[in-house]
Amino acid sequence: MFAAANIEAILLTIKLASVVTALLLLIGTPIAWWLANTHSRLKPAVEAVVALPIVLPPSVLGFYLLVAMGPHGPVGQITQALGLGTLPFTFTGLVVASVFYSLPFVVQPIQNAFAAIGPGLLEAAATLRATPRDRFFTVALPLARPGFVTAAVLGFAHTVGEFGVVLMVGGNIPGQTRVVSVQIYDHVEALEYGQAHELAILLMGFSFVTLFLLYAFNRRATMLRT
Amino acid sequence: MNELATRFRHAYPGFGLDVDLRLPARGVTAIFGPSGSGKTTLLRLIAGLEKATDGYLAVGDAVWQDADTFLPTHERPLGYVFQDARLFPHLDVRRNLDYGLSRIPTSSRKVALDDVIDLLGIGHLMERKPDRLSGGERQRVAIARALGVSPRLLLMDEPLAALDQARKQEVLPYLERLHDSLDIPVLYVSHAIDEVARLADHMLVLDAGRVVAQGPIIELMARADLRLSRDDAEGALIEAGVAAHDESYQLTTVEFPGGRLSLPRQARDVGQRVRVRVLARDVSITLAAQTGTSIINILPARITAVTAAGASQCVVSLDLGGTAILARVTRKSVDVLGLKPGLDVHAQIKGVALLK
Repeated sequence: MFAAANIEAILLTIKLASVVTALLLLIGTPIAWWLANTHSRLKPAVEAVVALPIVLPPSVLGFYLLVAMGPHGPVGQITQALGLGTLPFTFTGLVVASVFYSLPFVVQPIQNAFAAIGPGLLEAAATLRATPRDRFFTVALPLARPGFVTAAVLGFAHTVGEFGVVLMVGGNIPGQTRVVSVQIYDHVEALEYGQAHELAILLMGFSFVTLFLLYAFNRRATMLRT
Repeated sequence: MNELATRFRHAYPGFGLDVDLRLPARGVTAIFGPSGSGKTTLLRLIAGLEKATDGYLAVGDAVWQDADTFLPTHERPLGYVFQDARLFPHLDVRRNLDYGLSRIPTSSRKVALDDVIDLLGIGHLMERKPDRLSGGERQRVAIARALGVSPRLLLMDEPLAALDQARKQEVLPYLERLHDSLDIPVLYVSHAIDEVARLADHMLVLDAGRVVAQGPIIELMARADLRLSRDDAEGALIEAGVAAHDESYQLTTVEFPGGRLSLPRQARDVGQRVRVRVLARDVSITLAAQTGTSIINILPARITAVTAAGASQCVVSLDLGGTAILARVTRKSVDVLGLKPGLDVHAQIKGVALLK
């Protein structure tokens, strides 16, 4: 049903979103835990940095990432010294850019879920001999589960839906960086409206079903809690 | 372990705590005082849930906090019962109970959890999640969970305050049974004098972050100057023995140093120790023993103090010959009858409540 090039773009998109979501859960959880528990004066600053991608035009974020990861940028210097070359216009570069781009969509639901638990149950666990690490894994994590589901779904969906950052950092290399959103753009440029439509309707359906399932899950989770 | 020594000095926004205490580490010690007097803060400091800038805490020989030491909460061998139970909502009752138990070495398991489960009557709740429990059940599970870690000290922060009167009456007997069957010292925070009167052996009175008084509960409850009740419900406690039952009138007589009192028939054995409470407002004073009165409890007494209580009232401290009680009378009566320390009078006691 799909053209080979379209299938390649779809698979690449799924691969990118999966890798990025996994990384974001690993990176986002400690950030969210820190933000939910800290009284540090740095908290608003860190929250603002995490939330930046929500308001910044993707081109701005993409531009700075491009510069930073380029041959003369600080990140580029390090990757070159490590013998990795430079990241722009590679799949890895796209992953790094997407992690920044989707960070708030993962950190915020987890942070809210941690904050909602409050200190009370963790104190109770402490009086029952649980170490801080133990309390995190046996009380905080299980109780924050709905937040993690929301975070994973939003992180995945938002990565699938990115366009501007991909174009700035990843360019348009088939099998490397040409994800579905870029492929649609290509089709439209080439006046291949049929092909564009094929992918556009797919993304439309995917996004609706994903969000629908998420809201249905959250409703169930809320009802179970009360 | 027979003593808990603590000194905390800490300024909180709008409130400072400054206590220097030695408490007996046995029986139930009530920490009593109005809201905002620092009761809960003191308990949290003892548990290590809060850290005072200047603090010292030793339980028996073990120093939990001093200038160089601060044992984190999870390393302190204590149990803590919170006002709001704080059961883990994602675990059923069984796994809530196991949470603490599984985290202490087998060698230090001194409390048999099965006995505690029986004692608290929660055996039938094991498979339930906390949201399927009533308030009273939740609190009983929380108490069992805290005991599961075989604490050397049990801290209870108003465990009944969140419950309505009926639930309180449901949980109180369980607390009394714990007191009688477990040899674990308890610090019991409360602002309800009737709870304290039933449960405590020793009392610490706090006000505005400072210690107002501490001592055996019987002594403190007979002190008029402490103003322990804000709703005129102050009253002395008497430790007594059941002397006899009068089956025809359905009365029970209890005996104590200085006299006897009759109260409605109680299901107690002769010789059993009981604690009764005589509210000051149920005691009136006559200069001579009255005859022709319906009051059956009339005891000779000597006035030891007269304390003003508000514009129109006084609380008179009476010695029944070794046992102290309080009487609440009008200031006018004090003047008309010439009531003053040293005067021999008669106390007419209208009501006696059996507490335990």
